[in-house]
Amino acid sequence: MSELLLPRDHKDLGDIITKASEDKTRLEVIGENSKQYMGRPMRVDRTLSTRQLSGINFYSPEELVISLRDGTSLSMVEHTLRHEEQQLAFEPIDYGHLFGFKTGQGTIGSVMACNNSGPRRIRTGAARDSLLGVHGVNGRGEYFQNGGRVMKNVTGYDLTKGLCGSWGTLCVFSEVTLKVIPRFETCITLVLQGLDDRLAINALCDAMKSPYEVTGAVHLQKTPVTLLTDPKISSLGTSLTAIRLENFEAAVRYRSSKLRTQLSCYGDVLEFGEQQTDSFWQDMQHLKFLTQSKTPVWRVSTAPQNGPILVSEIERVVPVSAVYDWSGGLIWLEVPATSDVSASDIRRSLAHLGGHATLIRADREVRTRTEVFHPIPGAIGKITRGIKNSFDPHHILNPERMYAGL
Amino acid sequence: MSFIPLPDPDPDILKRRAQIAKSLAKIAPDAIFIEDEAGREAYETDALATYRRLPLLVILPSSTLEVSQLLAYCHKEHIQVIARGAGTSLCGGAVPTNDAVVIGLSRMRRILDINYQNRTARVECGVTNLGISDAMSDQDFFYAPDPSSQIACTIGGNVAMNSGGTHCLKYGVTTNNVLGVKLVLMDGEVIEIGGEGLDSNGYDLLGLINGSEGQLGIVTQITVRILRKPEMARPMLIGFNSNKDAGNCVTAIIASGMIPAALEFMDKRAIHICENYAKVGYPLDVEALLIVEVEGSENEINLQFDHVRDIVEKFAPKTIRVAQNDEEAEKIWRGRKSALGAMGQLSDFYCLDGVIPISRLADVLGWVDHIARHHDFEVANVFHAGDGNLHPLILYNANDEEELLRAEACGAELLRLCVKAGGCLTGEHGVGIEKRELMREQFSELDLIQQTRIKTVFDPNWLLNPAKVFPLTAPGRGGIEADIAEISMPGGESER
Repeated sequence: MSELLLPRDHKDLGDIITKASEDKTRLEVIGENSKQYMGRPMRVDRTLSTRQLSGINFYSPEELVISLRDGTSLSMVEHTLRHEEQQLAFEPIDYGHLFGFKTGQGTIGSVMACNNSGPRRIRTGAARDSLLGVHGVNGRGEYFQNGGRVMKNVTGYDLTKGLCGSWGTLCVFSEVTLKVIPRFETCITLVLQGLDDRLAINALCDAMKSPYEVTGAVHLQKTPVTLLTDPKISSLGTSLTAIRLENFEAAVRYRSSKLRTQLSCYGDVLEFGEQQTDSFWQDMQHLKFLTQSKTPVWRVSTAPQNGPILVSEIERVVPVSAVYDWSGGLIWLEVPATSDVSASDIRRSLAHLGGHATLIRADREVRTRTEVFHPIPGAIGKITRGIKNSFDPHHILNPERMYAGL
Repeated sequence: MSFIPLPDPDPDILKRRAQIAKSLAKIAPDAIFIEDEAGREAYETDALATYRRLPLLVILPSSTLEVSQLLAYCHKEHIQVIARGAGTSLCGGAVPTNDAVVIGLSRMRRILDINYQNRTARVECGVTNLGISDAMSDQDFFYAPDPSSQIACTIGGNVAMNSGGTHCLKYGVTTNNVLGVKLVLMDGEVIEIGGEGLDSNGYDLLGLINGSEGQLGIVTQITVRILRKPEMARPMLIGFNSNKDAGNCVTAIIASGMIPAALEFMDKRAIHICENYAKVGYPLDVEALLIVEVEGSENEINLQFDHVRDIVEKFAPKTIRVAQNDEEAEKIWRGRKSALGAMGQLSDFYCLDGVIPISRLADVLGWVDHIARHHDFEVANVFHAGDGNLHPLILYNANDEEELLRAEACGAELLRLCVKAGGCLTGEHGVGIEKRELMREQFSELDLIQQTRIKTVFDPNWLLNPAKVFPLTAPGRGGIEADIAEISMPGGESER
């Protein structure tokens, strides 16, 4: 393959894509290539990296707004925000551990392209909810913008959200503007041990139903717990159900005491202090509960109460290891490497439970023959194709990364 | 006549009115049809009452199936359709054209399911915004976005306009609180997008539907995220010697690392008008008021108020008053929420909705005053300061044609000011017909065509909610691009 295309500004980006569009050159779009093993394998002619489209356009901490060029590294963004006692609300997942890379890689553009949101999504919204505006170039080579830098904006259609999570198949962002939130003064985690999945999800939902603004609600079966970083946690030897509170100190103290009482019907409630809480939730964000192997991993999204039902239905067929985030509504599922990596079983369950499943980790060959993204039904499929055609009529941007034929 | 043109009706459609009514009645016999002129007059405008057009026909269906059947016919016969909730749009988002059928959705008002464990509610589109919260108040849950018209406006209309409200500073706007919709496409096909899970599959169609002003399809059911009410909520009322001090104080509060549940601003004129109307005890010797609401337990609230006080003191406040109980809290909010009603008793007014970066608040408020004076108008400011969402109310006489034209010119200039300050034309009301021709202030032709192409994907013949959102000369408007419209889905379909 020929050398990497490295646009230095949006004009460069426009020129490159305009030429590719004219020549029907298929482009793989990457940032730092941290998600190269995700999605459907592609056949492309060139690779375009946004890594030189890097840097902060502006950062206004007093307004909780930051505007970044697409290829700015996520670690640099997080470092910059931390300096001002601020953070990304949605706590993006770091896939480094899962694919055997170093953690801390990836660009802000790739986070937005994948609408990549972690545990705090349950309280403060997904990546798409923090995205205020974008500039980008579509597959026709047209440079455009949508949204802006203000917190409320209903001027015209909200393409900003439509483009977030499109995996670089509609346009290449040159710039993204995000709202950020203040860092919390302190945090703690309340922990229940040894609950089965259904009871655990009930406990998490009860916590979420409280007025105490829980910012993380996860349940790990016994095996994934053993993979966590902190030996005091990984050696607990039981399943673990964890609820995070983040706020100013007096609020955390008050709320944890209230929640403890409320959760005591589920058993003894342990408490992780600030340090253990940081370690534990960083493990959640870095997917440390998944094995560093080639075992296939699914990410399943459904209604919280349906999470354990789905897992039990799959467990009837194959042994699985499950971790529930978002109070049960997001399941990270490791399954045996059978021929269809349980795709048909998972999707059969979802057909009656509602939701969708994405194959996150699997061999290239498996990702070629299995639908990586959840298949989309007829009319929505037509609309999806229409949207792809409207932005990228020649299908030159990340061709077929999400769906065959697109 | 005013600045904003509405397209001439298609004479052929007008001629066929009786026959169209007959055919539609046959298709949806259980729907209510309003054919007489007096009945249709009730639907000729919305809350932007300056603009009126008698619709061809008004139909009130009661089910998704009926909506689907009606749309399929209109699609086949090339008849334009306007979906209407409660008609509370302030931007002319539901103003009909003479050759369009209005589909009123007020009869579809069932709460279908409330699931407290999953924290979701599934409702029909005609349920009022407040009706959702009322349905779960006994369990201490609520639906967060709270536009000031929440007693009347429908959730379907909220989705169409991506409505906001007072407490969006903390809880987000409609698009952040909607998990799924049932959508009827213009050709009658019914699709379900999203559901009870937190993220969507494939492209974020929900993100596109929210705020698309009823131009991509008709939403008939909505699944919303519901939240547990806080233990308590208390507002603090702070009076200042100038708009500038109040504006700078807003920036300082947000910059301090605190996000209150609500942070509202009223200038002197608004304070006096609201106090005169609602008699809630607002101080009349101040130039500007802020209402800062915080939530939590009593102790948490007091600690947050201590924090706010520390900041406020730097701006030499004239008054600080904290609501001591529910009654006092209700009074403070009643004054604020009566603003539009109070204003309406006094004068006709034109309510704007521009947004600016909050660091520009003090600065821009000075310019608002300057521009209004230049156009010889009085303006009252009452708005969501925490997210920079201005609502200048231009007081004018709607029966005076010259004044109306001047008010619109003044409004346009104020909105241009917002865009120039780094903001946008509309934060929560929508574009509708009102700001349609101003879209080029914010968007280039290439920006606009990305949006008009999306319209074409969903509604290739541009039949849904005509003459809204895009300038009448916008690129791609009304046109079908073959490569977009030609759609068939390979891959994945076999696994459906």
